[in-house]
Amino acid sequence: MNAISTATTSSVPRLLVTTSPHIQSGLSASRVMWDVNLAMLPALVMAIHNFGLRAALVIGLSVAGAVAAEFLIQKFLLQKPSTLSDGSAVVTGILLAFCVPAALPLWVAFVGGFVAIALGKQAYGGLGQNIFNPAHVARAVLLASWPVYMTTWLKPGQGYGIADAVTTATPLGLLKETARDAQLMGKITAEGGNLISYVMEKLQITFSDLFLGINFSGSLGETSKLALIIGGIYLLIRGHISWHGPVAMTATVFAGAFIVGGSFNYALFHLLTGGLIIGALFMITDMVTSPMTNKGHLLFGFGCGAITLLIRLKGGYPEGVCYSILIMNAFVPLIDKFMIPKRFGTSSQETVS
Amino acid sequence: MLEPKSFSGGLHPPDLKATADKTIVNLPIPAKVILHVSQHIGAPAKPTQKITDKVVCGQCIAEPGGFVSAPVHATISGTVIGAGNFMHPFGVPSPAIVIERSPDVPEPTYTTEDGLSLPAEEIKKRIQQSGVVGLGGATFPTHVKLSPPETKHIDTIILNGVECEPALTADHRLMLEEPDRIINGLKLIMKVLNSEKGIIGIEMNKPDAIALFNEKFKNEKNLSVQPLEVKYPQGGEKQLIYACLGREIPSGKLPMDVGVVVQNVASAAAISDAVNLQKPLMERVVTLAGNCAAKPGNYRVRIGTPVGDFIEMAGGLKADIPLKKVIMGGPMMGFALFDLNVPIIKGTSGVLCWDETQAKVPVQTACLRCGSCIRACPMGLLPQQMKQLVDHKKWEKVDQIGMLDCIECGCCAYACPAGLPLVQTFKLGKKNVMAERKKSAASKG
Repeated sequence: MNAISTATTSSVPRLLVTTSPHIQSGLSASRVMWDVNLAMLPALVMAIHNFGLRAALVIGLSVAGAVAAEFLIQKFLLQKPSTLSDGSAVVTGILLAFCVPAALPLWVAFVGGFVAIALGKQAYGGLGQNIFNPAHVARAVLLASWPVYMTTWLKPGQGYGIADAVTTATPLGLLKETARDAQLMGKITAEGGNLISYVMEKLQITFSDLFLGINFSGSLGETSKLALIIGGIYLLIRGHISWHGPVAMTATVFAGAFIVGGSFNYALFHLLTGGLIIGALFMITDMVTSPMTNKGHLLFGFGCGAITLLIRLKGGYPEGVCYSILIMNAFVPLIDKFMIPKRFGTSSQETVS
Repeated sequence: MLEPKSFSGGLHPPDLKATADKTIVNLPIPAKVILHVSQHIGAPAKPTQKITDKVVCGQCIAEPGGFVSAPVHATISGTVIGAGNFMHPFGVPSPAIVIERSPDVPEPTYTTEDGLSLPAEEIKKRIQQSGVVGLGGATFPTHVKLSPPETKHIDTIILNGVECEPALTADHRLMLEEPDRIINGLKLIMKVLNSEKGIIGIEMNKPDAIALFNEKFKNEKNLSVQPLEVKYPQGGEKQLIYACLGREIPSGKLPMDVGVVVQNVASAAAISDAVNLQKPLMERVVTLAGNCAAKPGNYRVRIGTPVGDFIEMAGGLKADIPLKKVIMGGPMMGFALFDLNVPIIKGTSGVLCWDETQAKVPVQTACLRCGSCIRACPMGLLPQQMKQLVDHKKWEKVDQIGMLDCIECGCCAYACPAGLPLVQTFKLGKKNVMAERKKSAASKG
């Protein structure tokens, strides 16, 4: 199949013979992956804008770890030709760095990148075979192994030094902390305020800050929603992602938060904080670990959004995007089994007898 | 004008129709023709000639081998110089009759009569005797389509003027230059099948053809043009019927099961000649294109002309660009030729002479589970899963998920970013599945 044979004839030597189709869209795995890298550029710029050289180093070391794992495992363990140039290890490295705080020690970032590829991807058989999102597998490993590093949030706009750097709370972290403190909640209500305005006042941020990704802390790549959306729109235009998953996930969180919190501000706060937007645009749209049909993406996105909200509201962690996606990744084979297109010619309709 | 209609799935390969404005040129009569007895779907025709026999142009040289079969006619006058196995364009040796031309024998002449005044049975008989088959590429014998069981009424005839394959323009030119033959053919088919409605489906990238037929149909109550979205495979029989009428052919059934018969526009023109002139199918319009063709265009050529001779007569190859691949048909479903000594057959819609850059083969990488193949499939199948099942020889499972519904349009492989041989795998897999079906039926019976 697709075997290439050549034939010699009297008139024309060596004609190429393949079975049809004889043309191809020109799309390739590496073009998709490098497009994803390009789409992450605006968020990368914002990460460096917020956290300076440290951000660049964390991202660089994470990518280096991922690339090193891909190269070493393919070359020495599997002894297969290297697929480094397809850019998928770089994507994983950047995505992981986008999900960690700027204060992460550089060697931890390197370990994270290495784990993402070694444990999250190559252990399953390489590109296309892994069940779970490699960047999120690594993030889960890092969070379990170095919980303090993974929850130390630097205030944006500081220099490289860590020793004297000022730390702060993330908006979702403060939200959880405040909501848990019954005494404080009682006080806020008594003063006629509400939870969201209290958190935003305390952090001195506005919704536009949350959208643009300035003046507050969070994981490197998740802060600027504007930058992420620019990247997402690029991927949408290039046809590498569909709107179904992202819209389902964000709409689920927004609608769920609106029902639970009862206010537009509360829902908007959930929409614009944490890793929801990066998760919806860059994580659940990962081709390998998401369903294959648009219908499947709707269900997958809904599941990710619902679990995210469940963790945020009822779980121990302030943020649930990472785990929600990992949990839903496990359901992808099941979703793919049932969310399939309708076969042409299987509608029940009367035929001429 | 009507709103363009369409189907779901499919994709937009590049148009490549650089010869759309090239008027049909009649090529000279070839010195030699190779006429395969198997140029249609169904039983091969039975040759009636032997070496040294003299034949005249239009003479039947192979009788139909059954009901689902078609006769083959001499397309030049001369002497039979070969009978036996010759290379078929499909890449297998196959029985054929080779005729060398005697230039002194005059070309036959035909007298016109009004076919529409003939009884339906006579029309059908003339079509059958003329060896008309589907000229869009599938080459199904036309008279079989015109003989549905008495219980099935065919209310609508659809002429396929879609020509959704990239690079091909033969049907487009025929529609522009000889619309009256096509319309006459349509009316003849409608008469045979006693149908109420005739539709010509044309893609929106041929606005001139749509306008022309709209003009021609101004005073025709039963005939209409259906503009269609430019999308591949809009000209697939099932997709075309769905787009034009909203009728979905059930899996494993035929167009007649939903009251429709589809014919290619070139077939309709051939039907007109077969009935009005009693002229057998001896020539067709072929698009010559590709970077290596010196004079790309649309050429009317005798069936049986060796491809190499056809290219020579139609302006030859460019001397400075090395030929890499020759495709008979279109880029999506045509087949690559091993050899230019094979002949033009009844189903040859195009000859594409490609150089190195056009003949690029995609690099195969790992499946990304991106779902492009699923979105592209016009039959709503799961190509990615089907390939896995075929690779693991799970014939029963792959049959269950509908592989036999695959129309081999090639959308999945075209769309695959990993360059995987999807449709290529299914072509082989379908044969195995059919063999398995037979085996299990035999063991049960």
